[in-house]
Amino acid sequence: MNRINGEKMDIAIKDGKIVEKVDEKKAEVVDASRMIVMPGGVDIHCHIAGAEVNSGRILRPEDHFKDVEAKTALTRSGVGYSIPSTFTTGYRYSRMGYTTVMNPSMPPLEARHTHEELDDTPMVDKATYPLLGDWWFVLEHLRDGLLEECAAHVAWMMSATKGYAIKIVNPGGLEAWGFGRNVKNLDDPVRYFNITPREILRGLCRVNKLLNMPHTIHVHTNNLGQPGNYLTTLETMKCVEDLAEEGHPAIHITHCQFSAFKGSDWGTMSSGAEEIAKYVNHHSHVTLDMGQVIFTDTTTMTADGPFQYGLYQLSGNKWVNHDVETETSAGIVPFRYKRKSAVHATQWSIALELALLIKDPWKIYMTTDHPNGGPFTAYPHIIAWLMSGVARKKTMSKISKRARRKSLLPSIARELGFYEIAIVTRAGQAKALGLKQKGHLGVGADADVAVYDINPELVDPSKKYKTARRAFKRAAYTIKGGEIVVKDGQIVRPVFGKTFWVDVKTSLPIEVNDDIKRKFREYWTVEYENYPIPDRFLHVPAPIPVKAEV
Amino acid sequence: MFPLRSRLRRRFEILITLYPKRLFKVPVEAECICPDVFAEKSAKEIATLQIWEGNRKRTLGDLFKIKHETDSPTEEFTIRICGDVSKVRKIGAKMSMGNIIVEGDADMHLGEEMKGGIITVTGNADSWTGSMMKNGTIEIKGNAGDYIGASYRGSTQGMSGGKIIIHGNAGYEVGCFMRKGLIKVHGDIGRFAGIHMRDGTIFIQGNSEGRAGAQMINGKIVVCGYIPSILPTFTIDDIRPKVKVNEENVEGPFYRFVGDLADGGDGKLFVSKTKNPHLSSYEEYL
Repeated sequence: MNRINGEKMDIAIKDGKIVEKVDEKKAEVVDASRMIVMPGGVDIHCHIAGAEVNSGRILRPEDHFKDVEAKTALTRSGVGYSIPSTFTTGYRYSRMGYTTVMNPSMPPLEARHTHEELDDTPMVDKATYPLLGDWWFVLEHLRDGLLEECAAHVAWMMSATKGYAIKIVNPGGLEAWGFGRNVKNLDDPVRYFNITPREILRGLCRVNKLLNMPHTIHVHTNNLGQPGNYLTTLETMKCVEDLAEEGHPAIHITHCQFSAFKGSDWGTMSSGAEEIAKYVNHHSHVTLDMGQVIFTDTTTMTADGPFQYGLYQLSGNKWVNHDVETETSAGIVPFRYKRKSAVHATQWSIALELALLIKDPWKIYMTTDHPNGGPFTAYPHIIAWLMSGVARKKTMSKISKRARRKSLLPSIARELGFYEIAIVTRAGQAKALGLKQKGHLGVGADADVAVYDINPELVDPSKKYKTARRAFKRAAYTIKGGEIVVKDGQIVRPVFGKTFWVDVKTSLPIEVNDDIKRKFREYWTVEYENYPIPDRFLHVPAPIPVKAEV
Repeated sequence: MFPLRSRLRRRFEILITLYPKRLFKVPVEAECICPDVFAEKSAKEIATLQIWEGNRKRTLGDLFKIKHETDSPTEEFTIRICGDVSKVRKIGAKMSMGNIIVEGDADMHLGEEMKGGIITVTGNADSWTGSMMKNGTIEIKGNAGDYIGASYRGSTQGMSGGKIIIHGNAGYEVGCFMRKGLIKVHGDIGRFAGIHMRDGTIFIQGNSEGRAGAQMINGKIVVCGYIPSILPTFTIDDIRPKVKVNEENVEGPFYRFVGDLADGGDGKLFVSKTKNPHLSSYEEYL
């Protein structure tokens, strides 16, 4: 961000970029006086496209029929609620002032499907992270200590799947799940591979550094959603501590709320946010996102098959579980978070505790892990909770008594201001993602701007949190690539966003050896020749070239 | 005599009558035919209510002749439909008071999500009648289709109160995900009656095609007629001389089965002993 907080100024835009100045006579003027101007929103983690999301859509007709959007002259029809159809996803993000959205957890085999859906998600720039933490080649290379070969293979995978970052879900656990097992801790070896989650994490962290990837490794921890897992999370953060360069993050722990449970079982489950926040406050190599829980009916979907199976046993709801060949697994379970459930209410509290106890807003970002904690359309509610103790207190008064007694929230007085909200919802996320042209309004940045109809000089968001919530729900203007796409919460111009992918330039051209080709033939349902996605397959490809050290 | 007559008159005082102007060839979605919507509207306003005929937007006045018989709607608001509305869906959806009388057949989703009032159909009703209903009464003088009192596709929130009385036969998966209330079928019923049932009562006076109570967790199904077989995941519990259905005692004797054990359920399935001699082999497990 540009260290500009509440000053009045003009922002000039030309050809989709922010510039020093333009010819005022010829330019179109957007009057944003008495309003807040922020860079376009960036979401680091939300499941909006791909085979898994689509299975969720098929699984849940009842999720759609109460939330229907009719077509207009400009927009297509679609449905919500927790897993909106692709076009509706784009429109809804844009209406909230978001312009960049990251789709995590793409099984590499489903890359084609994912990109087809991302291409059909208008209004936003996007990218997707391939799941590589349980990928057979990675496991084999790391087991044999072939770091550079592993790096070259990951570089090839990024280009083959048009991916953006290395996503690791329950390292080792998903491979074990293929045989009906899981891993219990960071040093529990994976069967048949004889490699531990710690080695996978450290190996891929090194690979990430060798390839100079813009984002860090994006980690969904082991034991996610189990009481007592905050220890695993601390261990995960510690295990790459020595690999971090001064001041640079080395690991992103995603939807940290689900990884911050204390206690030995569901009866004694409480918040481990304090310990995690303490660690993060003292170390600079970690970034987190919240994974806020919203009290609503939603659909949980992760690549963490064993966790989803546990959730099915807990809820008895309908479910989908899937093993993606040699790559990863997946699971889907519809879920309702209830205010009066002590566990759900504690989860709600944990995410807010994390966001408020971690002092530096550049280290923790606002997400719901859409749709796992709740749909992204609930972001304005989270903003209200972060900005206002009154809003938190009001929700607190409605939740389970047991959770209320255990919650740390009443002891936290911190309320975020608009500047900090801009960091947790866009600037911090863009920085963590290494998107240099996003998340700020300096000269040279992409002209992605969100204007919210709220006057920071007159409205105190800690008292008038409802006004703030309303304002963040409907952007007064969303400008995408220099064009006004949303006005007063209505789409006025549908546009296509870019698809970012990391084009790793290795010193030698990457060669795919015969061994890999043979394995493709033996183990995959898709032949090697059909596996990579060509650049022309994407609607608007935007490769980001990086120079690797291998 | 006089007070009774006056009560009857009050109850069946017809305020608004709809006559279809022509035979509908494509489905008509008429959520607006609902006492809550009509109440406190003049005949003119009612005629401008929007409805869909296939993919065409129409007004109620385009498709129906509307006869308004008084200007001050009372609590007992009644809509009468005379003519063929067997292509008109969602009649009485979300209604919470008043009466609807359909003189003829009605199409799907009759009384969907209704919260109160009475719907009477003199002919047949199609599938999804009373789906997700919360309260009120639906009475069908003829036959009814499938998924009576069921949940929306994929949802677990079925009928949660009220009464559905069918004088003829009913189709498949009646009472799917039912949570409370009563479905009474005077005639026969199709397969999978009370599938996924959570609670409530299904009372079948005729025969069942079988597989009653599949995946039920709780609730009560009473079959007074013949049933080909009982699902293997049900276990016999008792023989009862009679069974109580909403304050009414039904004379038996009945075999009482408990299930569906595949889902850890504790639902009760009562099956007439006299009509099902082929089930007597179960008696040795008592």
